[in-house]
Amino acid sequence: MILGRSTSRIEGDKLSRRSFLVSSAAVGGGLMGLSLSLPFGSGKAAQSGGFAPNAFIRIGSDGEIVLTMPYVEMGQGTYTSISMLIAEELQVSLKQVRLEHAPPDERLYANPMLGVQATGNSNAMRGAWKPLREAGATARMMLIEAAAKRWGADVTSCRAEDGEVIHASTGRRLKYGELVDAAANMPVPAGVALKAPDEFKLIGKPVKRLDAPDKVNGTAAYGIDARPPGVKIATLAQSPVFGGRLKSVDDAAAKAVNGVRQVVRLADAVAVVADHMGAAKKGLAALKLEWDEGPHAGLTTDDIARELEQATVKSGAVAQNIGDVDKAMASAATRVEATYQVPFLAHATMEPMNCTVHFRKNECEIWIGSQAVARVQAMAAKAAGLPPEKVIVNNHLIGGGFGRRLEADGAVRAVEIAKHVDGPVKVVWTREEDTQHGMYRPYWYDRIAAGLDAQGAPVAWSNRYAGSSVIARWLPPAYKGGLDPDSTEGAIDLVYDFPNFHVEFVRVEPPGVPTGFWRSVGPSHNVFVTESFIDEMAAAAKQDPVAYRRALLDKSPRARAVLDLAAEKAGWGKTLPKRSGLGVSLQNVFGSYMALVAEVEVSKTGTVRVRRVVCAADIGTVVNPDTVQAQIQGGITFGATAALYGEITLRNGRVQQSNFDSYQMLRIDDAPAIEVHIVKSSEPPGGMGETGTSAIVPAIANAVFAATGKRLRKMPIDAATLKQPV
Amino acid sequence: MAFTIKVNGNSHNLDVDGDTPLLWVLRDVLGMTGTKFGCGMALCGACTVHINGVATRSCQTPIDGIGKSEVTTIEAIGGTVAGAKIQKAWLDHEVAQCGYCQSGQIMSASALLASKPKPTDADIDEAMSGNICRCGTYVRIREAIKLAAQASGKEG
Repeated sequence: MILGRSTSRIEGDKLSRRSFLVSSAAVGGGLMGLSLSLPFGSGKAAQSGGFAPNAFIRIGSDGEIVLTMPYVEMGQGTYTSISMLIAEELQVSLKQVRLEHAPPDERLYANPMLGVQATGNSNAMRGAWKPLREAGATARMMLIEAAAKRWGADVTSCRAEDGEVIHASTGRRLKYGELVDAAANMPVPAGVALKAPDEFKLIGKPVKRLDAPDKVNGTAAYGIDARPPGVKIATLAQSPVFGGRLKSVDDAAAKAVNGVRQVVRLADAVAVVADHMGAAKKGLAALKLEWDEGPHAGLTTDDIARELEQATVKSGAVAQNIGDVDKAMASAATRVEATYQVPFLAHATMEPMNCTVHFRKNECEIWIGSQAVARVQAMAAKAAGLPPEKVIVNNHLIGGGFGRRLEADGAVRAVEIAKHVDGPVKVVWTREEDTQHGMYRPYWYDRIAAGLDAQGAPVAWSNRYAGSSVIARWLPPAYKGGLDPDSTEGAIDLVYDFPNFHVEFVRVEPPGVPTGFWRSVGPSHNVFVTESFIDEMAAAAKQDPVAYRRALLDKSPRARAVLDLAAEKAGWGKTLPKRSGLGVSLQNVFGSYMALVAEVEVSKTGTVRVRRVVCAADIGTVVNPDTVQAQIQGGITFGATAALYGEITLRNGRVQQSNFDSYQMLRIDDAPAIEVHIVKSSEPPGGMGETGTSAIVPAIANAVFAATGKRLRKMPIDAATLKQPV
Repeated sequence: MAFTIKVNGNSHNLDVDGDTPLLWVLRDVLGMTGTKFGCGMALCGACTVHINGVATRSCQTPIDGIGKSEVTTIEAIGGTVAGAKIQKAWLDHEVAQCGYCQSGQIMSASALLASKPKPTDADIDEAMSGNICRCGTYVRIREAIKLAAQASGKEG
């Protein structure tokens, strides 16, 4: 079921991302070869012929409707919600569709909000909202026109419903499958009309996830489950120090392990290839390795923090300036100042990094779960020394992405190993390797100050922070003038009306440590800092944190509405037991407004327990309500895990954490109750996947302040600082 | 070494070292990929199977310790009364997100329900805290187990 492979590819077609909707008739048949893997449904190969008006929809003469998913499914429910958009306009039920993963093709499947084929930044629904409804509507119109022509009827007298075109006055009906050949020859209509919201049959209704049934019986296929015939299993050790090299290998004992086939030496890594992972791991443990540790052998996290701290004393790139902060600060009655720090974080996806590669004579085939298949194709091609079109990428369901699978380092590594192996090899990282060779959420250091007037109202806000720019490496064109849209999101364009406001970013890359996107990335840092600091300002002004924020929201009614709703539902102001507290946070990031109230309890020993979280969100139009709830629940849990436990530290150039004993996760017995309240809105959809993660961290920190009077300016929470005084 | 193990009612002859974890026999030797690898140290529960009905981390279960015990995996759990109820509750309550940990979650929850038809919150904490879900489906896991338990009550 997993390994349906493209047998024909689009050759020299003239499709581009912008033009795919208007070029279908000529190349419709050419799109038939896009099927790569068949995650759902019958798994039978798409038949030839049929109707493919664009890169997302293919209807066979047997009536089978195949939707090609331009965004990847990593748990966020996109395969269901994107299908809803298409099905809504195509007038079919979701029971009638079969889904396929999109192959790498930047022209057909680029994310319009990123400019590359990738799923991230919580923007799949934002990017898909209009184009994929248009894709469905275009196909529907062409099918209606084909039916009208056959009947000699007026187009306006025909309508589509449930996979059929119906001629209202005569009751004649034709199934889509009966119309495919005729529809394929219809001109592509320009500017199709989309349904009005009150005509929606699917959008806004709770729809069961299409990927769920396979996920409760073990049949869902992730990258790690790929088993091309004859596949061997490999596991690897990369230089324990970033930037180190492999010096020597004694593999005699490893090769004596039953089931071990081969030991592959790379410049900075070694892999053991075996019949199964048990033998590969045993073989790896039996290797005697020496490393040349390279220039970062002495590196510690403290070195990096110190460098960032010093960088915040100098000037950086101005991300936003309003008014005159220096002047306003000079006349302020009170000045509030603080520094904040957030640590490196690993993704710890439950599916460890893995990639299967069959390196053949003049081509290379890859099985992987990736958030960015075109990037995998391009980088794997480079590593393989092949043109990209000779690299076949089979994408899969993703066992946790969170940004880690926007990177192609694992695919490159697997290609490097596969070059030495006869036949396909699946390279599976151990959990320890996964934790110690991540692409980490950057360490950031902030120096922030505010001036308050005699009544405590803010007159000036100044923030300078230093850290890595992931965008500068991953999407260089988006890094301009020392700034990028990720590192600044949540630090600028705040919901509050500040008369004088100045924010600077200083890009400092940590030596040797690779950084990457991590669920909510920039906002995971910025919202913690800004929402903690405004709490500090409220405290300095001796005002209630909700009332203080509310007074600054005259120009942001959507923010004020979610703040009010969260406060009301959480019972803001209620009396709590000693060492318990409520904390609030408010944000507008990823195109959505969210307010959270967290209720925490701090034990005598300083342990923080998050008991309850109340969320109010205005995310614009809701496509699948249950998925929205799930994403908020999940995002909050992800952020709470980071606040309570998350920290990657370095000593002697090595990551000190290795498995879930030293890099802990929130578990069910610590999981808070989460209530989600969604504000009804007719605005276009906002992003959802990452909002809970950024919002929860300051809400917890502010609640801890309410409970203990201790302000948390460094994550994760250090219980030792919260012990009850004797 | 040669071993014979019984998985989901079927006997399989194997030639692997006796210390090979059951997880890799299932996934790589027998091709039963529903059971997942998460940590290799019994810290995350993704690899949970039943051995004679008891939830067991297969990544830390050497093949030579299984003997004549019955191994049940996610592929067959729907054939048990508790497993079928848990799977249905998981779907009714839309528990899964990425789904990778859910094989293990369902195996742990099925074992819980089979042994305690009316689990309390404390029972759920105890039985399920060995299973990590990085997507954060805990709220729904708890609710789904209770839903499945209600179904148990009605039927018997």
